Amino acid sequence: MPEITVRANGHARRVAVDTRSTLLDVLREQLGDTSPKKGCDHGQCGACTVLLSGRRVLSCLTLAVSCDDAEVTTAAGVSHAVQQAFVDHDAFQCGYCTPGQICSAVGMLDEFADGWPSHVTPDLTAAPELTDDEMAERMSGNLCRCGAYANIVPALRQAAGGPG
Amino acid sequence: MKPFDYRTATDMGTAVAEVSGRPDARFVAGGTNLVDHLKLGVAEPDLLVDITAVTSAAVEDRDGGLWIGAGVRNSDLAADRRVRERYPVLAQALLSGASGQLRNMATTGGNPLQRTRCVYFQDVTTPCNKRVPGSGCSAIGGYTRYHAILGASEHCVATHPSDMAVALSALDAKVHVLTPEGERSFPFVDLHRLPGEKPDQDTRLQHGDLITAIELPPSPFAQQSRYRKVRDRASYAFALVSVAAALDVADGIVRDVRIALGGVAHTPWRAYKAEQVLRGQPAEVASYRLAADAEMADARALDGIDGGNGFKIPLVTRTLVATLRDLT
Repeated sequence: MPEITVRANGHARRVAVDTRSTLLDVLREQLGDTSPKKGCDHGQCGACTVLLSGRRVLSCLTLAVSCDDAEVTTAAGVSHAVQQAFVDHDAFQCGYCTPGQICSAVGMLDEFADGWPSHVTPDLTAAPELTDDEMAERMSGNLCRCGAYANIVPALRQAAGGPG
Repeated sequence: MKPFDYRTATDMGTAVAEVSGRPDARFVAGGTNLVDHLKLGVAEPDLLVDITAVTSAAVEDRDGGLWIGAGVRNSDLAADRRVRERYPVLAQALLSGASGQLRNMATTGGNPLQRTRCVYFQDVTTPCNKRVPGSGCSAIGGYTRYHAILGASEHCVATHPSDMAVALSALDAKVHVLTPEGERSFPFVDLHRLPGEKPDQDTRLQHGDLITAIELPPSPFAQQSRYRKVRDRASYAFALVSVAAALDVADGIVRDVRIALGGVAHTPWRAYKAEQVLRGQPAEVASYRLAADAEMADARALDGIDGGNGFKIPLVTRTLVATLRDLT
């Protein structure tokens, strides 16, 4: 089996991986970080979202063998205002989707700070505003079966520095 | 999942030689569709050649247009200032596809090569001529909501799922490909093929051909372009119907127009008939209706256990009229 170096949450670990293993499975089963969750395992729910080289991706559709030397940040390694905001706003019920929501939110706020537009941005050439519609659209890749969306949006608003 | 070897490509030529010389080898880049197919058993390669490090991730100004490297991520392309200002239909199409996470992974070269989301194609327990030639088509008379109304055959009624490809079809884009014989390029509208008797072949690429770049030609009116997508939920869903259009109007008359449709055919569907009807006509709703009717004259609805997909024919007409009206 090929050996790769996974740099997860600041710790470099050398690990032998099956070429078929996803990053999600290696993080959970070989590196013991169970914060990324296996929801659908087909890229439809967002529960496995991690930051790869700082950008939000789906670890269930990422082959671990392709991540040699890459910087991986899971929810367990995130230190960001979005976490306290989720607590303050009760932005979860069962919590299963939450680690994916947290990583996705961190990536989403960075994308917004970089001026990236979204599908609902009215003017593609102007700087977007982080309205509730924008947040819902930008977070649409993260499903919450408990339906905590009504509290996730205010949490994101707070984390973004707006009124909570 | 069957075991496979994995290699990181060192250069594009070697990657093409490796894949073309091995029938069950595949390129991988973003992997968003392929890794899912590995899990489902839809794809069973014996070698994956990762081309991430050797394909260009740059968008370059060239000859008044844009040259987009095959490795450019969908999210980066949609955020590119030049695309947003000069080719808004492309930025809108990209932003209407998938989710933020998937757009960060998916690439310019891989997106047009993603495979149909026909539920029967993705379910290895059901017959599918695209997955197993000669096994039959389960979608005919089955679940047809996401299936074709144009250009289908008795062997396959699948649709192409890409939004980006619909915009590229409307923009007269060109595909640059590296083959074992060397480089070649051709119009993007010639990349995909109708199913006919060989629905297992989505495109005209030969095994081992590698898309290296997509070229957007300069266009005086691409700035006046728009993508409109109709789907079952407001975000993160494939198109039932979509329209990419660019419109050039002078003195109230349509000087030139480009229209492509998504969600209706095995290919992104360039609406040449509608374009032809529109040129020289008044830029008004009555003309747009005539154009849509001309294109839909060839449309054929499928019967299905879900009530069939006849709803798509008026839906295309209305969506096309609305898109052109917004551009006027």
